[in-house]
Amino acid sequence: MLTEQIPKISVRPEFQQTAAPETREKVFALDGVDVLYGGVAAVKDISMEIGHREVTALIGPSGCGKSTLLRCLNRMNDLIPTAEVRGELLYHGEDLYGPNVDPVQVRKLIGMVFQKPNPFPKSIYDNIAFGPRVLGRKDEMDEAVEKALRGAALWDEVKDRLKDNAFGLSGGQQQRLCIARCIAVEPDVILMDEPCSALDPISTGKIEDLMIELKEQFSIVIVTHNMQQAARVSDRTAFLMVELDSEEHNRWGRLVEYDATEKIFTNPGDKRTEDYVSGKVG
Amino acid sequence: MEAGGASAPRNRLAVAGARSTTQAMLRGQPRRDVIRNAIFAGLLLLAVAIALAGLTALLVQAFVRGSSALSLDLLTNPPSTINPDQAGYRPAIIGSLELIAGVILFVVPIGVGAALYLEEYADDSRWWNRLVEVNIQNLAAVPSIIYGILGLAFIVRGPLDLGFILVAGSLTLALLVLPMVIIASREALRAVPDSIRQGSLALGATQWQTIRRQVLPASIPGIATGVILAVSRALGETAPLLLVGATVFVTFDPTPFGSDGYSAMPVQIFNYALRPQDEFQTLAFAGVIVMLVVLLAMNSFAIWLRNRYEQRW
Amino acid sequence: MLQAEGKRYGERAIKWLLASCAALSVLTTTAIVISLLGPTIGFFEIVPADEFFFGIDWTPQFEPPSFGVLSIVAGTLNVALWGMVFAIPVGLGSAVYLSEYATSRVRKTIKPVLEVLAGIPTVAIGIFAVSFLLPHVIVPLWPGDFLGGAEGKPFLALAASLGIGLMVVPIIASLSDDAMRAVPRGLHEGAYALGATKAKVATRVIFPAALSGIVASVVLAISRAVGETMIVVIAGGSTPKFTLNPVESIQAMTSYIATTATGDISTGTVDYKSVFAVGAVLFVMTLVMNVVSIRLVRRYREVYE
Repeated sequence: MLTEQIPKISVRPEFQQTAAPETREKVFALDGVDVLYGGVAAVKDISMEIGHREVTALIGPSGCGKSTLLRCLNRMNDLIPTAEVRGELLYHGEDLYGPNVDPVQVRKLIGMVFQKPNPFPKSIYDNIAFGPRVLGRKDEMDEAVEKALRGAALWDEVKDRLKDNAFGLSGGQQQRLCIARCIAVEPDVILMDEPCSALDPISTGKIEDLMIELKEQFSIVIVTHNMQQAARVSDRTAFLMVELDSEEHNRWGRLVEYDATEKIFTNPGDKRTEDYVSGKVG
Repeated sequence: MEAGGASAPRNRLAVAGARSTTQAMLRGQPRRDVIRNAIFAGLLLLAVAIALAGLTALLVQAFVRGSSALSLDLLTNPPSTINPDQAGYRPAIIGSLELIAGVILFVVPIGVGAALYLEEYADDSRWWNRLVEVNIQNLAAVPSIIYGILGLAFIVRGPLDLGFILVAGSLTLALLVLPMVIIASREALRAVPDSIRQGSLALGATQWQTIRRQVLPASIPGIATGVILAVSRALGETAPLLLVGATVFVTFDPTPFGSDGYSAMPVQIFNYALRPQDEFQTLAFAGVIVMLVVLLAMNSFAIWLRNRYEQRW
Repeated sequence: MLQAEGKRYGERAIKWLLASCAALSVLTTTAIVISLLGPTIGFFEIVPADEFFFGIDWTPQFEPPSFGVLSIVAGTLNVALWGMVFAIPVGLGSAVYLSEYATSRVRKTIKPVLEVLAGIPTVAIGIFAVSFLLPHVIVPLWPGDFLGGAEGKPFLALAASLGIGLMVVPIIASLSDDAMRAVPRGLHEGAYALGATKAKVATRVIFPAALSGIVASVVLAISRAVGETMIVVIAGGSTPKFTLNPVESIQAMTSYIATTATGDISTGTVDYKSVFAVGAVLFVMTLVMNVVSIRLVRRYREVYE
């Protein structure tokens, strides 16, 4: 019924079927999650389940709290002194914010790739080796580095210059380096905060292809402004929107709709979702 | 603009005429203004010239009055009031070197440690952290002789009760330059972008691992520059040392814990300068030359270090 | 799975270790205050406060001694005042030149050279002041017997003033230059677009906009001048006089401390305690100036950053 009005967004055929929600394995389970900065809500009442070994996309207009939500998943919000997380956030059934939970341990299992590539001012080799070294895994470093670089589809381009400074790489290569750095730690989940927004289209394409490969091994949650990207790579998509309070002084993000990607982009249930993905709004 | 034959010079004239008319309308009296501007610029240049002339005169005078005494003996002979032609700066040089070694040993761990705490760990909203910051800024501007009083009351006597030994002088100078090192180190740490820390933490490193393996290595050139500048300040200080036992006349090589007194370059220069005889005046100027050369070398090294190793993000 | 592998005591220990390094700064200030306070209180048990704060005769070695601190405060202010009369125009003129008139290359050469002035040991400046500035600059240029004349005096407040002035010119020049360059380009361009000349832009637009930074640099320079010891000891003399006349020899607070505390005085005497009392006055004076200067710097930084 809506297909005539919405422009064609290509959704990969393999994503057109999704398993029924109950049979998917969950990696994250959020229930009524609020995030506040200095007592002011940034995101309210998020309830969703993120699937294991899938790509889940968070989309929505600027300021709707997508990155804030993402940073809760690996406790990077802890770095902001005024941040507060309420509600229930389970990781494989365990409370991520429980009293005995060590944020450092969390981040070893849940890694992150940032919007602007942030390689360390060291050699390519040392960038990749940093994670394992910090974990105390010092043996067979060469093999680990190669494995990580192959996993990020970067090995062939840098194998002859592993000792070169990472800053000499192009933007797209640096971002793949950051992904390699992340997977060298062998995490369970990879969070990506608009990983391609600072890159050119060709590098973006390479990283999107990479995401499809990576999801065989890792669960991926990606925040993106680019709807076509979400449609291309993700299995499920969550759409968030900004809500204003009555006096329009405060704004926070709310989860509007969360479903299989194909459904979000071809037959969304909520009108606001439809408006957003068809480009009418935001 | 069309530059066709005879019309080109006419166009130029027209433009020039229009410009001066506009200027005249806007400013009233362009001629007077031009003179005023020239005088103003001239005065500014005069100011710069005076400053540079003062510096040049100082350097030239020191060189002219002191170069006759420059020799290797100057550096290796002990001072002497009886035999000024044979007098030298040996104990003062050794004293200065030992003092500086002590300053570095104290100031680097404590200064960098304090800077690390303030930049990486401290929560700015806490009042005690702000108090520490204000304190450091204040201490950086306290007169050096007050540090001498502090050394006399607390280090030589008082709680530490070390007596008039070289280590006491070292500690006094170290306290004097500590704020400089802290401030310079903080700047160096602050220059490391936050994205590096976030990237490291996101990989599961602890805060200290992030500091030790990413932040500190990247900020070492800036810290080293700050330490060198602080050390060169300490080298040139006289007043605090006078109060903590840098006995003005020492003829033997001082030792860190020796209780027979110690000296330092600026103190020895001061001693020679107080004596009216020409030979001692020459010795004083020679000492000034030595100090200036050393300080120039140190500061140039610090600048080279910063330019060579500075991380460009 | 999410629990820490160890107890991570190391992390906490490191944080406390580093915090104690930072706390040392507070300890230092406390130590300064304590070391000054004790003997000062002891001093005021012997010498009445009104004699100290209002007396103009500083003669501790006389019998009976007189401890009127205004005499040596006047010496300090004498030197600082005339030093600033020299340093402010030279420093500000240099700053305006560097920030508004000099090309980038000129600036890159001159600014570091001025910084060299800041790094010269004060002993050297003092010797230069007494052996060159006094006989070869002040005496020839001073008008005859005006205010007593400059001839025949081995020490002059003015010599110390010029030495101190030279020493603080880089402070004023550098900080004021930074303050003026922090003024947004928009103000420059707007003023020029309205047809203003370079001189007018510099004096009527940029200078007022950078005023708090400029004043901060001057206050800091005054603080340095007041606290300077060696130049005043070498070039200013050691005869306390309650005067602002630049062609007199004087004694500043710092010179009194330096010459007395190195002599043979035993602890517990009034002379010994007077050193601390004078030190306390000096500390309070510079503290007030430093706080003012820091506030001003913060204000100008807030406005533009």
